[in-house]
Parts: sequence; C-alpha cells; structure tokens
Amino acid sequence: MPKKVAYKAQIEHLQILDENGKLDEKLAKGTLTDKQVLALCEHIILCRHYDEIAFKLQRSGRMGTYPQNKGQEAIAATAMAVTRNDWMVPCYRENSALFLHGLPMEHILLHWMGDERGNQIPEDVNVMPISIPIGTHMLHAMGIAWAKKLQKTDHVALTYFGDGATSEGDFHEAMNFATVMKAPCVFICQNNQWAISVPREKQMASETVAQKGLAYGADCIQVDGNDVFAVYKATKDAVAKARKGEGVTLIETLTYRMGDHTTADDARRYRDSKELEAWAKRDPLLRIQKYLAAKGMWDDKKEKAAEAGAKERVAQIVKNCENIAKPSTDDIFDYTFATLPDDLRAQRDSMRTNSLSLEPGQSTLRSPEPQHA
Amino acid sequence: MTAATTNGDRTIQFREALREAMTEEMRQDERIFLLGEEVAEYNGAYKVSQGMLDEFGPNRIIDSPISENGFAGLGIAAAMYGLRPIIEFMSWSFSLVAADQILNNAPKMLYMSGGQWGCPIVFRGNDGAGGQLGSTHSWCVEALFANVPGLKIAIPSDPYDAKGLLKTAIRDEDPVFFLESERMLSDKGHVPEEEYTVPFGKAALRREGSDCTLVSFGRPVHFCQEACDILEGDGITCDLLDMRTVRPLDSESIVESLKKTNRIVVVDQSWPFASVASEVISQVCEKAFDWLDAPPKRVNSDDVPAPYAKNLEAAFLPHAEKIVTTVRSIVR
Repeated sequence: MPKKVAYKAQIEHLQILDENGKLDEKLAKGTLTDKQVLALCEHIILCRHYDEIAFKLQRSGRMGTYPQNKGQEAIAATAMAVTRNDWMVPCYRENSALFLHGLPMEHILLHWMGDERGNQIPEDVNVMPISIPIGTHMLHAMGIAWAKKLQKTDHVALTYFGDGATSEGDFHEAMNFATVMKAPCVFICQNNQWAISVPREKQMASETVAQKGLAYGADCIQVDGNDVFAVYKATKDAVAKARKGEGVTLIETLTYRMGDHTTADDARRYRDSKELEAWAKRDPLLRIQKYLAAKGMWDDKKEKAAEAGAKERVAQIVKNCENIAKPSTDDIFDYTFATLPDDLRAQRDSMRTNSLSLEPGQSTLRSPEPQHA
Repeated sequence: MTAATTNGDRTIQFREALREAMTEEMRQDERIFLLGEEVAEYNGAYKVSQGMLDEFGPNRIIDSPISENGFAGLGIAAAMYGLRPIIEFMSWSFSLVAADQILNNAPKMLYMSGGQWGCPIVFRGNDGAGGQLGSTHSWCVEALFANVPGLKIAIPSDPYDAKGLLKTAIRDEDPVFFLESERMLSDKGHVPEEEYTVPFGKAALRREGSDCTLVSFGRPVHFCQEACDILEGDGITCDLLDMRTVRPLDSESIVESLKKTNRIVVVDQSWPFASVASEVISQVCEKAFDWLDAPPKRVNSDDVPAPYAKNLEAAFLPHAEKIVTTVRSIVR
C-alpha cells in the first residue's frame, strides 16, 4: 500500500519594508499610513532614549536590574493593530508596545526601581503587570482571552514572550488550551536570537519558532520583526481572526537583542560582535527613517527635534519616579490578603513577626513613618 | 470555637455536600465555573460534579486537557479578570506540576500589583493517602503550602463542614486551597436543607474532656475520635478540636482548651518535619508555655514516602493506636 502524506505544512515569512527602507507597495496596502509610520518613528526614538537612560540609572545605582529593549522596538506596531479594549499580557521586552497601548512610562521604571506601584496599572489601561518568570504569563493571556469569550465580549488578548520561553511547558500548555478552547488569543514570540547567553540553535532544534504552533492547530507566521509594516499586518490579521472566533495565531517576529539580556550580564563575553554589527544594519528605526526620508518626511532637523523632545520627556519621567513618596511598610501587609487578618494586623503594627509581637501594645518597635524623598 | 448544627435528620455524602455547595453558589453567581480533568462528561473522577454539566452546560462545567499548569494558569487569569473559578485537581498530588501557578502567581498577585489584582479562586481536590495509591499520588500538601502567605487552606472532616467551608471558599476574595480526602468522599453526615456557611479560622470542638487537648484537621479527626473512644475506657477524656482551616489557624481556641487540659497532642497527616503540627506546637510554646504540664506532642505520618502496600500504608498514617500511645505518655 502506498504511503500517504498525513500532514503537510509550511511557514511563511513576511517582510514589507526591507532594511534599505524600500517598501513592497502591494503588501503594504491597507497597513500603516505614513502618518502612523512617522508617529512610530518618533515613538521609537522616545523609547530608545528611555532605554538608554534606564540603563544609565542602573549603572549609577539608581535602579535595580533592567532588561534593555534596544533593537526590538518595532513591536510597538502591534499596539496600532488593536483597540484599547484588547489586552496585552507582556514579559519585559515590549515596552514600546505597552506605552503605545496607554501604559504611563513611569510604570516600567518604577517596576525596575523595585516599587510594586509600577504594577498598579491604571484602571482604563488593558495591560497586565510585566511577568519576569519565563513563560508563566502565557497561560494568563489564554485565561483572560477565555474569560472574555465567556463574558461574550469580542476583546482579544495578546501575549508577548521570547524564543527561550517556547522551551517552557507553559508555552505548549497555553497554545494547546487556547486552540482547544478557541480562546481569542494571539501569541507573539519576539525571537531575538538569544536567551541570556544561549543562542536560538542551542535552545531548539526546530528551524522556526512559528512551526511549533502548527502542532496545536494554530495559524502560524514568521515576520521580519524589525519591520513595523510586517509586524503590524500580521498582528492586525491575527487579531481580526481571534475577534471573529476563527482561531489562534502564533506570530514569530525575527528580531535581535541589541543590548545585554539585562544589566546583570555582559553580552560581549558570549556573543560575536560581527553578529551585532550585521543586525545593526537591520535596525527597525534606521529603516523607517530611510523610508520617511525618501518621502521627504524625515531629516536631521526632525531627528534632532525628536531627540530633544525625548530627552525632555524622559528627564521628567525619571524625576516623577524618583520623587514619588516611598512606599509605606503597611503595603507589605495590606496587600497580602483582600482583608487584613488579625495576626498580620499585629505584625503590621509592630513590624515584628507573629511570635515576637504577641502583645504589640507592649512592643517598642513601631512601623516607621513613610518617608518622602 | 463553634459547634456544628445538629438539627434535622437529612444525611448526605461528603461528595454530595461538595456538589451542593458548588451548585448552590453557581446558581447565585454566574461568574463561577468549574474547570478540571474529567469534571464534565465523566461527572468527575470521583463523581463530585455528577450532573453539573447537565445543569450548567459546557461553558461553566469544563473538561480540561491534562495540563494542571495550564488550567491553574487559566483559572488565575480568569479570577483576576473578574470571574470566580473553581479548579479541580483530581488529586492535590498533581498540583505539584502547577506549583509555579498556584504558589508563585495566585497568592502573590494582589501584593505584586500593589493591591490591584486580587485572585479569588478555589483550587480543590483530594489530599493525603487515598488508599494504596502509592507514594507519588498520596501527597499531603498542607505542610508544604501552608508556608506561603497570601493563600488560605481549608480541610473539612465531615459533610457539614465540606459544604459550609466550600461555600465560604467560593465567596472568599483570596485564593483558597480546599483539601478533600478520597477516603471520606462516601462518608455520610448531617447536612441541613437550609442555607449556611462555615467561617474560616474557627475551630469546632468535636469532643469535650479534661485531660488532654487533641488538635487535628481533615481525615485524622476521625483517627482522633477512635483514639478518644479507647482512651475513655482508661478514664482519660480529651478536648478534640477540629481546626477546619489551617490558614487561618484558630490558635485562640487551642490556647483556650490547653489552659483547661494543660496537655496537647497535635494529629496531622503530613510528615512531621516543618508540618502544621510543628507550627501549632511552636505557637503553643510561644503563647501558653506556662500552661503546659507536659511536653507538647505531635502525631504525624511517618517521615518516609507513603507506602504502597495496604498494611504499610495503614501503619504509616497517624492512626488511633499511635494517638492513644502518645496521649498516655503525657497523661499520668
């Protein structure tokens, strides 16, 4: 008996704006307007400056760890492909998308400065606190998407993660759940080639990340992740599909982590500088500047003005973050349970453990007053 | 300390009491759903959710892929998003593969979001030795999980409490770990027709005595009852406190009883090292040391993996004979 083919698949790669700033007009139809591209250009300049300043804050001891986002800012285009009602469930290298979706820029700095208030997302901003454990939040995105479906809304949840996260069981469980339960969920893998010091080819034997979604019956596509047009189009299509209840999409955005994993490592020790140089030529900002310049919409003067604007704005953001009143020690206790239990109340009042504060009234240790910087 | 209502004569099984709690709450609150392996079409691996699919449909009684980490994560997000999930682990032993979700996410969300994202979710399932299930399937997770702040742990010992505590758990604003025992699901007990709940952090005084305080929760409460019957033959009477929840822990009731009996034995199905029993005894030493006339004692399962063979499993548990011997050793 002849063998039959039981399953056949291929992964498409989408690029619309190449690294020389040349646009495929046919593919670009119905995607970003020039006005939107200009806005993205200015936004990326702002985000990149923010990133640099965050790095410097860490180096000068004014912030804890920080993961640089440099090189991956084209992900901002995903925010243009959704509505305010849609949710973003991020990890930590999509600042540019979160800001565009309405997250005040102070929040990310506050978070990395070690202040939980960075995670107090404003009520009308549909962004989840950034997730630092690798991959655990993909399940939450799928859960939110499913809850939305149950509540009969047409809102979609987008989740972002790196190439390394697709080695976690959570990725596979989230993909399986989302497709089985037809949750309106879009999975966006920013394949930046490196998981701390482990290159993609040592992370997985599969040629693409996108193909991993095929096993779960998701629609899968790989895009040039440094091309705002391709990122936008893939996201727009995936969100439309999810909104109509027509399935889950896994988008792999091919990009590059221009900086270190975080401020805790030095990529120069494990990465060939030639690789970085090659990817620098494919920088997402560079190519939209070329594209806009060719249209007469961008020049040195505009760039200087954008940079000056970014400096001023980021300086103000840093000031806002550093001048915020220090959190109260009450917060430690108040946010552990929905209602403060008596034993924690005693600990809060005495700032001592349960065993030492049996009679908090007699304790000489009291909570220090909140200090204002 | 509260005493259980004993009016009326309606008697139902432990599993039926759980089902009634979920069903009644689901009728009142559309946000509640039940998700887990085999809970829908198969009516639950232990028939706890029997008939619930028929009443509530597949959007609220949901069969999950075999993926504990997956459905725990789904539930957590749905809770944060405003729903009221009940997540069934077929066994708490299987919750270990979802440890990051249930320990590192659910109880920390509220704190890590500065008070913004609460996580009102119930995780429930069988805990402890189920009857020759072997070492990997016989976990008592309470000692392991009680160490984590931000979660609550309820461990009922009879159908009345199973229903009343589960209702409280479902209405609670925080994550609740609800520990049932496969060995008790068929136990019958009085459950009134009328609406009631059992509050968290209030122990029930199951027996009154003057020579020793027995503290327990869940299935070992029954081992204590057996032990008390034997001890009464010797003229030794005990206060038997059923804690109902170990987080929060009603240490006031323990101290109150101890002040009367001056002796205490804690009976706990977990392993002894760093167990809930250890915690109870620490608190007793801190709060009522001067009231102790004898060293406080623990009776736990033996400090070895749960055995598979029937006789060995029985010997391993904190059974009545161990309790009797321990009480006699401190009551002279």
